[in-house]
Amino acid sequence: MTLLAKSKPAGSLLADYNANGFFDEMFGRESDVLPHYEKLRGALSRLAAEEFAAKRHAVDIAFLRQGVTFNVYGDSRGAERIFPFDLVPRIIPAKEWELLERGLVQRITALNLFLHDIYHQQQIIKDGVIPAHYILSGKHFRREFVNFEVPKDIYIHVCGTDLIRNEKGEYMVLEDNGRCPSGVSYVLENRRAMKRAFHGMFESIGVQPVDHYPQELLRMLQYIAPPGVAYPRVVLLTPGACNSAYFEHTYLARQMGIEIVEGRDLFVQDEHVFMRTTKGLQPVHVIYRRLDDDFLDPTVFRRDSMLGVPGLIGAYRAGNVSLANSIGTGIADDKVIYYFVPRMIEYYLDQKPIIPNVPTYLASEEADLKYILANLDRLVVKAANESGGYGMLMGPKASSAEIEEFRNRVEADPRNYIAQPMISLSCHPTFVEGGFEGRHIDLRPFILYGEKPVIVPGGLTRVALRKGSLVVNSSQGGGSKDTWVLYGDE
Amino acid sequence: MLSRVANSLYWMSRYIERAENIARILDVNLQLLLDYRSLNDAQMREHWLPIIQTTGDRDAFVARYQSASTEAVAEFMVFASDNQNSLVSSVCQARENARMVRDQIAVETWVELNRLYLFVQSPQARQMWHDSPTDFFNEIKASSLQLIGLSYATHIHNEGWWFSQAGKFIERTDQTSRILDIRHHSLPARGLPQTVSQTDALGWTAIVRSCSAWDAYKSIYGGEVHPRHVAEFLLLNEDFPRSVRFCVGGLNDALRHISGVSEGRFSNDGEKLAGRLLAELQFSTVEEIFEYGLHDYLDQTQIKLNAIGDAMFKAYIFHAFLPGQDGEARVQQEEQQQQTAPQPGRCA
Repeated sequence: MTLLAKSKPAGSLLADYNANGFFDEMFGRESDVLPHYEKLRGALSRLAAEEFAAKRHAVDIAFLRQGVTFNVYGDSRGAERIFPFDLVPRIIPAKEWELLERGLVQRITALNLFLHDIYHQQQIIKDGVIPAHYILSGKHFRREFVNFEVPKDIYIHVCGTDLIRNEKGEYMVLEDNGRCPSGVSYVLENRRAMKRAFHGMFESIGVQPVDHYPQELLRMLQYIAPPGVAYPRVVLLTPGACNSAYFEHTYLARQMGIEIVEGRDLFVQDEHVFMRTTKGLQPVHVIYRRLDDDFLDPTVFRRDSMLGVPGLIGAYRAGNVSLANSIGTGIADDKVIYYFVPRMIEYYLDQKPIIPNVPTYLASEEADLKYILANLDRLVVKAANESGGYGMLMGPKASSAEIEEFRNRVEADPRNYIAQPMISLSCHPTFVEGGFEGRHIDLRPFILYGEKPVIVPGGLTRVALRKGSLVVNSSQGGGSKDTWVLYGDE
Repeated sequence: MLSRVANSLYWMSRYIERAENIARILDVNLQLLLDYRSLNDAQMREHWLPIIQTTGDRDAFVARYQSASTEAVAEFMVFASDNQNSLVSSVCQARENARMVRDQIAVETWVELNRLYLFVQSPQARQMWHDSPTDFFNEIKASSLQLIGLSYATHIHNEGWWFSQAGKFIERTDQTSRILDIRHHSLPARGLPQTVSQTDALGWTAIVRSCSAWDAYKSIYGGEVHPRHVAEFLLLNEDFPRSVRFCVGGLNDALRHISGVSEGRFSNDGEKLAGRLLAELQFSTVEEIFEYGLHDYLDQTQIKLNAIGDAMFKAYIFHAFLPGQDGEARVQQEEQQQQTAPQPGRCA
């Protein structure tokens, strides 16, 4: 295998490439390369496989040295690993991206209207579009914040929406992440690494830039500052250096030129938030918090939280400090509520959803439950409030013991389970063992909602590096790719 | 700046300086061993224990190792991860502090420190130590000096930078005073020694070399090595960047840049004590110090340094550290689900 690779240029290896019947990003359903991948194939064909491997190795070393890493669970030495990075970029033509962009803006708009509604008039419940019990039983519904006015009426300021393509190549929304979505630092670092490794390609192919993300994020955070503050001080609140996303927190803070603070750095006095500096207390106006609601303020939520700031919620309620994202957005991440997003779009915007959901069954609806229990071996079952590939049953790949375990769980707590058909995610040529093979991918664009919604072209393409695997999460053998949105369509 | 950040910058510099000092003192003393004929167990202990005591770990070493073989000393002072003053532990702690203030330090500094961290933990590091200890120690020294140079030449000299300077100088003062104390057992309790044996002279030379001071020393005192000169040079010299007086001057300067309070005044105990120690060094002679007893004098100096460190902590940092922050907080930090690909890990 390796010998073969050495004797052949990379491009000709692609000639033997086989997508095994899945929809392929580079080849579609045919064997001819799609027009927007033509130039990339040309460039790759001038590289030998061993050159490609050398570039990949150089990028890995650079990531390790720069500490673009995440912590490995349970390793007593605290070894940090890089998030595996595949050098074959995923390409999206301009026209396709425009459609995705419109679909994502539509979705974030509807989600924000929904959150404002359920924390105020609850008209969508009164009109019978969503049954009240689904909202009220939501683990992340914060009834304490009903009738609370959030700055500029925005709830989800930063959203990571996971998109997949099915066997026909149609885009679908898999889930919305409206609490502390993370991964954008990899989008930025992957692009930098690609520019170093293949600087010639960018000019000839025409790739839209992503590096303005931190400025857009900062602009959004400044926009939501409490009224009357001429020069708002924005900080990023991190759980601390032990958090898996700590690298991203420091990265974003540095790019925005703002302070990164831990809960113990902040202090509340007379409903105003201050940070403890060597020159005494300094006021803080906007907090980009990467801390869950539960941990924000031990006097309001979890009493044992050591990461939060006593009195923070009081200052927030008094309107003296703004939080992004707002409190209570977790209800929109609930996979049961996800089921209703297409209805929200029709209800609030009077539009058809541009990007559809994956067909979903609710275990708490009797007919659906019956169907789910009868088809556990064919469905993907998910807990309503888990992420990262946890709390999930992949029916077709599960053992009968696992299926029975989920049957019990679903029957015991139907409100907290949904099921979806197993979607054959699209494939993408990926460099493995000296050649290219198809691996399943998804896409997480990052949507910023300030004065208006802004989406940096592309997002994080995650790839399931294990052969045949449909799980792109890094805890389960996932990696990432750079995502190129073209200026044109080829 | 954030108190917590100031604290991390201060400790980052201290640990880098500490690692470099361990490298230097071990390198010199390993080479010194080559000048002696084969030493027996007792002589090896006599050679190494005072050196181990420069990090204050003599008792911990004796409890763990039967004999003071070169291998045992190196293992303990260089690689042992459960010795928090070992070279590798120091690098890890420097890097951990840097990680907590990633946003505050230049990319080049971070990359170099991270490279050093990855290196000292790699099998190549042990291999290199095994093949040529001097090459290994040079690697550490070069990296430390590169970090100091990067910090000086690429980092804005703002408040945070002065905190890192304060950390560097307080650590270096402490190390120089401890290195100078290595041969105190060969000195009378009070006054200057009458004669200096050949072995003693070699030992005092090693002390000078451990401070990278040999060339500078020779240019002032010639080739003759006498404890009087060595002590005068390493304690009171105004211009040598590793002398106690120079370093206390640097510390005092850093403290004044942090507070903005001019020379001859003070706004907190740290400045008061640093200014007082500097004045004492400026207006002392080496004869007076030997009269007092070199060992006692160095002891007192270390106590004063600790007091300065404590006072700084109280003035600038203290309020950011409330009790009970450790174990449970770590669990909660990990528990915070960031909605993404990389999954929760655990801190070292």
